[in-house]
Amino acid sequence: MTQKFQQDVFVRTVEADTLPPPAKETGVMGWLWRNLFSSMMNYSSFGLSFKSLLMALFTALFFYIGFTQIVFLIDFIFVSAVWSDPTGIKREACWTVTQGGALPDGWHAACWPFIFAKLKFVIYGPYPIDELWRVNLTGIFGLVGLLWVLLSFLPYRKQVGIAMLTVYPVIAFMLLTGGAGKIDLLSSSSMILISLSLITIGRLSKRGFLGIILQEFANIIGFLGWALISYEVLMLLLSIDFGLEPVGTGDWGGLLITLVVAITGIVVSLPVGILLALGRRSDMPVARLLCTVFIEFWRGVPLISVLFMASVMIPLFLPEGVNFDKLVRALIGVMLFSAAYMAEVVRGGLQAMDKGQYEAAEAMGLTYWQSMRLIILPQALTHVIPGIVNTFIGLFKDTTLVSIIGLFDLLGAGKSAIADASWSSPVQAITIYLFVALIFFAFCFGMSRYSIYMENKLSKSRSH
Amino acid sequence: MTEKLNAEASNMVVGDEVMISMQAVNKWFGSFHVLRDINLSVNKGERIVICGPSGSGKSTLIRCLNRLEEHQSGSIKVQGIELNNDLKNIDEIRRDVGMVFQHFNLFPHLTILENCTLAPIWVHKMPKAEAEATAMRYLGRVKIPEQANKYPGQLSGGQQQRVAIARALCMQPQLMLFDEPTSALDPEMIKEVLDTMVELAEDGMTMVCVTHEMGFARQVANRVIFMDEGQIVEQNEPEAFFNNPQSDRTKLFLSQILGH
Ligand SMILES: Nc1ncnc2c1ncn2[C@@H]1O[C@H](COP(=O)(O)OP(=O)(O)O)[C@@H](O)[C@H]1O
Ligand SMILES: [Mg+2]
Repeated sequence: MTQKFQQDVFVRTVEADTLPPPAKETGVMGWLWRNLFSSMMNYSSFGLSFKSLLMALFTALFFYIGFTQIVFLIDFIFVSAVWSDPTGIKREACWTVTQGGALPDGWHAACWPFIFAKLKFVIYGPYPIDELWRVNLTGIFGLVGLLWVLLSFLPYRKQVGIAMLTVYPVIAFMLLTGGAGKIDLLSSSSMILISLSLITIGRLSKRGFLGIILQEFANIIGFLGWALISYEVLMLLLSIDFGLEPVGTGDWGGLLITLVVAITGIVVSLPVGILLALGRRSDMPVARLLCTVFIEFWRGVPLISVLFMASVMIPLFLPEGVNFDKLVRALIGVMLFSAAYMAEVVRGGLQAMDKGQYEAAEAMGLTYWQSMRLIILPQALTHVIPGIVNTFIGLFKDTTLVSIIGLFDLLGAGKSAIADASWSSPVQAITIYLFVALIFFAFCFGMSRYSIYMENKLSKSRSH
Repeated sequence: MTEKLNAEASNMVVGDEVMISMQAVNKWFGSFHVLRDINLSVNKGERIVICGPSGSGKSTLIRCLNRLEEHQSGSIKVQGIELNNDLKNIDEIRRDVGMVFQHFNLFPHLTILENCTLAPIWVHKMPKAEAEATAMRYLGRVKIPEQANKYPGQLSGGQQQRVAIARALCMQPQLMLFDEPTSALDPEMIKEVLDTMVELAEDGMTMVCVTHEMGFARQVANRVIFMDEGQIVEQNEPEAFFNNPQSDRTKLFLSQILGH
């Protein structure tokens, strides 16, 4: 038995050659096979043949529909579209023969001269034409700063990022409004005094001079002091007059409003959301209760009603004559609303963290804030990047709701452009809605791609 | 055996300075009485091995020593500092106590070097360059300096646990706590971690180890403690503990873990 067995055994003395993979594994053919044909090329039994035929049918249908749609869209946007109105005939440039124009009957495509004529309005709203450079400058600053932070090969990204979060909003505010802030010197100096004393109390109680109860709250007291003093200093800064002509927010509109609302919402919602999420998971019952109530309240009401409340109810509670800017009210509403959503996304990330990470950080002697900043949040936030970006994108599109309280955002400006009878034609509305949709898509798609890029980058550096 | 004698001749001397003193410590999880009247004193330089069946409160006991768990009655002093609600005391003790966990608990988003320099930089306020030099020294001691720039996920379990030991050592602790440092490891990796721990013991580190590695206990421990149902049932020098256990529960436990 053993004898025979040994005779059958073949022992290799030279290493076997590595063979090239079959064509089905690599290259274009491999890709097509894996992603397309492998699902519909199995005819080994009746059931599988049926499934394969069905798959083939669906694939063909899918390609047919996709193809015709893309052809239609390209034709609508580019090929058949009217691009110019050299003679200045406005609406008649986009009329067919029966409608009284020159285009062949049955023509149906975009009317771009209408968009060109309304471009200023759709992007800036009624902002004064002579001051548009201020908006452009703000936009250019913002774009450069944003790209600088997002492109990972540039130096000083952290510093630029900090400047974008601190200096840029002030510059943007000054440029866009003209720095028309007014200040009451008496009240602001007393506020500064209060905040200075808060900071001092925070310092003293941290060292334990003011008893053990205050020691627990030392950081919060100090933080309040710093927040207050930065607010007052900011207000003082904003009240400086650079001789720019004031432009009230009533004259803002279009893409400008959309971006101001969306960016403010996005930039504020993440840090506030993080604080709320931490608060909701904290050991301190008061903080936990406050954060939970806040989150549940703002999540429980629709954004539209928040905006309505902001525009209709708040003025009722304010004394006569005090005028609270409509845009600011909308901004606050959007910020609180999106912060509550963000808080729940972040909490999901915190929940998913391994308890051992908290313990290791704690055992090392890191303080609560250190371990959150250095250990927990970097990991938790990475895990929920898709959720965070989802919230950002949702917020970006929800800004269209501000038109309900009379702010002319991108969509609102587009809608009111349609009212211009001098451009009225059957394709007027569809052209502007298409244009607005393309702008929204560009921003949202950009965010989505960047988040995927970030996820890949982070997961690569920590590969398992 | 010779190894042990050599070691004893060099460094492994137990001082008479008290490092840990636990007096009548009790702890409950809700209504579950997990630690019952624990009295334990550990001197500087002493190496204690704690063993006992699963759920007997071993982890809870050593986690009380750096306040990962809070005890409800009795007193725990580490280096003479009382562990109570005073945050300053807790911080002070945590600076001097290193801990190694069963599941390593390395920070996966940081490189090995960053894992090791984190506490020195943020807790001990050490300059970065100095912290990195220290970290490289300890990574050399656990024999993986060449992995410094990798991420934890790229290392084997044994290597990760050695990094965890190096990370704890970078804080230059006076006391090291180990909670089953080898029980999550594949068999072929246990030895490399135990070797590191033996070397640490030979350098005179005060150690409290929860482990079921009885070879390790025989080789380095001054005392083996047996816990069951939240109580210290028996403690003795390793030879006496293994050769001549007193209580029935200890005998049963030993027969179970040494029996096969
Ligand atoms: N955070 C906790 N909450 C409630 N019960 C716990 C907690 N941690 C541990 N226990 C319980 O306490 C007992 C002792 O746990 P532990 O100290 O981990 O045991 P050992 O490490 O000896 O296996 C176990 O029964 C466990 O279920
Ligand atoms: Mg345990």
